[in-house]
Amino acid sequence: MDTRRHLRGIGDLDRAALERLLDLTDHMAEVGRRANPKVPALRGRTVCNLFFEDSTRTRMSFDTAAKRLSADTMTLAVGSSSVNKGESLRDTVETLGAMGVDAFVVRHRSSGVPWRIAEWTEASVINAGDGWHQHPTQALLDLYTIRSERARRLGEDAGFEGLRVGVIGDIRHSRVARSLTEALGLLGAVVVHIGPRTLMPPTPLARSTDDLDGELEDLDVVYLLRMQNERMDAALIPSGEEYTRRFALDPQRAGRLGEHVLVMHPGPMNRGVEITVDPTTLPGAVVTTQVTNGIAARMAVLFDLLGGVETEVSA
Amino acid sequence: MSERVESVQPRGGTVLRGGTVIDVAGERRVDVRLVDGRIAETGDLSADGDAEVIDVTGLVVAPGFVDLHTHLREPGMTEAETIETGSRAAALGGYTAVVAMPNTDPTQDCVSVVEFVRSQGRSAGLCDVHPSGSITVGRAGEQLTPFAELASVGVHLFTDDGSGVQDDGLMRRALEYAGELGLVLAQHCEVSSMTTGAVMHEGECCSHLGLPGWPALAEELMVHRDIELVRLTGAPVHLLHLSTARSVALVRAAKADGLPVTAEATPHHISLTDERLGSFDPLFKVNPPLRTMADVEAVRDGLVDGTIDAIATDHAPHPPQAKERPLDAAPPGMLGLETAFGVARAYLDLELRELIGLMSWRPAAIAGLADRHGRPVETGEPANLVVLDPDGRWTVDPGRLASRSTNTPFTDVPLVGRARHTFLHGVAVVRDGAATR
Amino acid sequence: MTDGKRVLGPDDVRRATTRMAHEIIERNRGLDGVVLVGLQRGGVWLAESLGEEIGRIGQAVPVGSLDISLHRDDIGRRPVVPGSVSSLPCDVDGATVVLVDDVLYTGRSVKAALDALNDYGRPSAVQLAVMVDRGHRELPIRPDFVGKNLPTSIIESVEVTVDGVVIIDPETTVDQ
Repeated sequence: MDTRRHLRGIGDLDRAALERLLDLTDHMAEVGRRANPKVPALRGRTVCNLFFEDSTRTRMSFDTAAKRLSADTMTLAVGSSSVNKGESLRDTVETLGAMGVDAFVVRHRSSGVPWRIAEWTEASVINAGDGWHQHPTQALLDLYTIRSERARRLGEDAGFEGLRVGVIGDIRHSRVARSLTEALGLLGAVVVHIGPRTLMPPTPLARSTDDLDGELEDLDVVYLLRMQNERMDAALIPSGEEYTRRFALDPQRAGRLGEHVLVMHPGPMNRGVEITVDPTTLPGAVVTTQVTNGIAARMAVLFDLLGGVETEVSA
Repeated sequence: MSERVESVQPRGGTVLRGGTVIDVAGERRVDVRLVDGRIAETGDLSADGDAEVIDVTGLVVAPGFVDLHTHLREPGMTEAETIETGSRAAALGGYTAVVAMPNTDPTQDCVSVVEFVRSQGRSAGLCDVHPSGSITVGRAGEQLTPFAELASVGVHLFTDDGSGVQDDGLMRRALEYAGELGLVLAQHCEVSSMTTGAVMHEGECCSHLGLPGWPALAEELMVHRDIELVRLTGAPVHLLHLSTARSVALVRAAKADGLPVTAEATPHHISLTDERLGSFDPLFKVNPPLRTMADVEAVRDGLVDGTIDAIATDHAPHPPQAKERPLDAAPPGMLGLETAFGVARAYLDLELRELIGLMSWRPAAIAGLADRHGRPVETGEPANLVVLDPDGRWTVDPGRLASRSTNTPFTDVPLVGRARHTFLHGVAVVRDGAATR
Repeated sequence: MTDGKRVLGPDDVRRATTRMAHEIIERNRGLDGVVLVGLQRGGVWLAESLGEEIGRIGQAVPVGSLDISLHRDDIGRRPVVPGSVSSLPCDVDGATVVLVDDVLYTGRSVKAALDALNDYGRPSAVQLAVMVDRGHRELPIRPDFVGKNLPTSIIESVEVTVDGVVIIDPETTVDQ
C-alpha cells in the first residue's frame, strides 16, 4: 500500500483530514506568534518549489513555511515561456528527485500537472495552483480564516454547517473557486456562485446566479475573485465597467452587508474592478489575515505530509 | 503442420487449411489456396507435395481490413512514425490497405508528395498505402486542391483532416467540383470558433477539471451543414470519426432521406469516455474528444444498425516526449492500427461477419478500393487476406508495438481477437503475429 | 484506568503533589519569577494541581502548557499528533520555569520541551518536576522534584493520573 501522501486537490482529503489540517494550522499559527517562530519539526527534509508560473507571493509563503519547520528548500522558478524547451517536465522532476527531494510544491498554468508529477516521483506532491483546476492550500487558509475570524466575532466554534458563502466573479477560470467550493462542501457549508454566465463553467459546480444584489443580504461570507484583463479581451464580458457595475463590491453594496459578514479575496486585489471600496474601511475585510494564515496553513500541510500524523504517543 | 515461410513460393502455393472463411457472401468451412497473389482454389484441399500448408484450424479467413483513416506522418514528422513502421503496424492489425491522411509536411496536395507516399508504401511492402489528398491547398481552408490532377494519379478520397473546412461557401464549391469527378470528400467536423483551446469534451467532467471544453455542437453543426450541402449539390460526403449521439442521429436521418452520406467511427469512441481525462494523462487527449457514456452507446448503436458504415482507426502517433507534456500542451491523438479489431470485438455486440464487414468490404467501397480489397474469398480474387483468431483475449504492451510511438490508450483494456496472419497480394507479411519484414 | 498493577492510589498522588509544592517553594526561596509549565499532554493536569497547591500554601503562580510535538527528535519515525496549542501565561525571559510532566522516562520529551521553551525566550533557570521517575534515561536529564521513583522494565508502560499510578505489563495483562 502506497503510504506516500499528496495534496494535489481537495479531493485528496476527506472531512476528517480537512478538519485535522485546520487544527494543525492553529498550532502553526501559534508558532508564528513566538519570539522565534521556528521549530525543528522537518529538519533534514528537503522541499523543492517548482514554480512554472510567476507567483512571488505564493512561492515566498511556501518557502517561509518550509523554513519555519527547519526544512531545507530549493526553488526552480521558471518563467512560463521557457517551459518545455528541450528538457521535458518529466526529466526535470526525475533529475530533481534524484537530488533527494521529500516534497515538491508545484505551480503550473496547465491543469493536472501535479497529478502527472505524482506519477514520476516518490516524493509528496503539493499543488500550489494548477491552471484553472485546484489551489488546495488557498482553500485551507481561507477556511482557517473563516473559522478563526468568526470565532473572534461570534464566540467559540461558530462552525461551517449551513454557513452561507458567496463566491463572486470568474468562476470558470478560477482554481481558487473550485478548491474553496469543494472544501466548503465537505464541511457542510452552502455555496452560491455569482457572476455572468460566460464566466461560469459549462456545467454548474454550485447553485449559480448572476443576481448579486439579490443574494448579498443572505451571505455570511463574501468571497471576491480577481477579475483578469485577459477575460475582457476574450469577449467573455463586454467591458470592465460592465463587470464592475454588475458584480463589484461597491460602497452601496458594502453598506448592505450584515454586521459580522466577512469580506475575503485571494489577492492581489484589482482596486476599481472587483472592489471599489477601500477594504480597510470594512470591518469584515480580512484579506491581510488571509495572507498571514497562508504561512500557517502551508506549514500544516508540509508537517502533515512529511511529519507523520496518526495516534498519540506517550512520553 | 505449418511449415516455415520460404522466400520463394512453392508451385502449389500456400494452402490455408482448416479455417472458416467469412466474407460478404457469408460463412463457410473451406480451405483456401493462394498462388501468385491470387486465390487459386477454395474447398476441401489436400496437400500437394509442393504446397506450403498453414494450419488455420479454429481461425477465421477473411478479406484484409481497410483503414479509411491513418496518419503515417511521413513526410515531415518521422520521429512519430514512418510509412514503413505505420504499414507494419497496419499489417499486424490485419490491414491490407490504409488510406493515408494528408496532414503531412508538406501536405498531400500535389502529385509529387502523393507519389512519394505511395512509393514509400510500395517499398515497405507491408500494406497497400493509398494517399488521400487535401481539400484545400496546405489545408489552409482557402484554395481548392487540384482534384483532377490528383485523381489522375489514383487519389479517390480528399480531406482536410486535422481541421474541418470552415468556409461554408468554399465547401459547397468543393463538393460541386469534386463530386462531378466522382471523388469523395471527407470531413473532420469541427467548427473551430467553438473549440479554441479545447482539451476535452465540454461537459460536467471538464467543469470540475478546470479544462477548456469542446462542445458536442461544434461537431454537430458541421455534420448538419455538410448533410445539407450534400442535399443541395448531390455530391457524396464521408464524415470522419463521428463522436456524438446527435451526429449519429443526423446521419441516420440523412440516410433515411436517401442522401449519399457515409460515416466512420473510431475504436476509442466506442470504448472510452471523458472521465479518463481525470488522470490528466495526455494519452486520452484526442480530436474529437472522448465523450460521455451516452455518446459512446449511440456510436455503438450507429455501427450496429448500419448508420455508421465503417470502423476507422484515426491512428495518430506522437512521440513520448510530446505526450508527456502537460495536457493542454500535448498534441491530440491515439494509436489504433494494432488494437482496432481487439477493441471493436470486445465492445460491439455484433456478429463476427458484420464486424468484419465494418472493417473490410464497407470501408473498401468508400475508399474506392473495392476492386482489390474486401473482396469475396473466391477463386480469381486478389489474395489480400487476414487470418483472425476471433476470440483470444489479450492486452496491449506499448513497448511491443510495431509503431514508432507508444501512445495507445488501451493498456488496461481487455481486448478480444487479433490477427494471426496477414497476406498482401498472396505474400504472408504477418505470420503467427509477427511481421515477416 | 487500564488493567495493571496499581502502585499508588489517589491519596498517595495528592500527598506527593503537596510535598512537591513545598519543595518548589523552598528550593526557589519563595515564588518570585516562578512559572509552572506542564508538558502536553500528560503534564498539564499535574501542573494545574501543583499550581493550586502552591496557591493554597503560598501565593498564586502562573501556570501554562507547552506542546512539544513539533520539537520531538523522532518526527517521521513515530506517529505524532499535537495536543492543544501551547499557551504560556507570561514572558519567560528571566523567569524560573518549572517544567512539569507525569512520567520521566528516556528524557527526550524534556529535551524537546527545553528546545521549545527556547523559542519563547531565555529563562534564567529551568527546573523539572515529575510525578514518577521510571528510569531508563537516554539523555543526561535529571528531575529536581519527584513524586515517586518507580523502577520498571522497558516492556512495561506507566499510566499516571490524579487517581493513581498503574504499571501495565503487556505480557500479563488479560485482553478484555
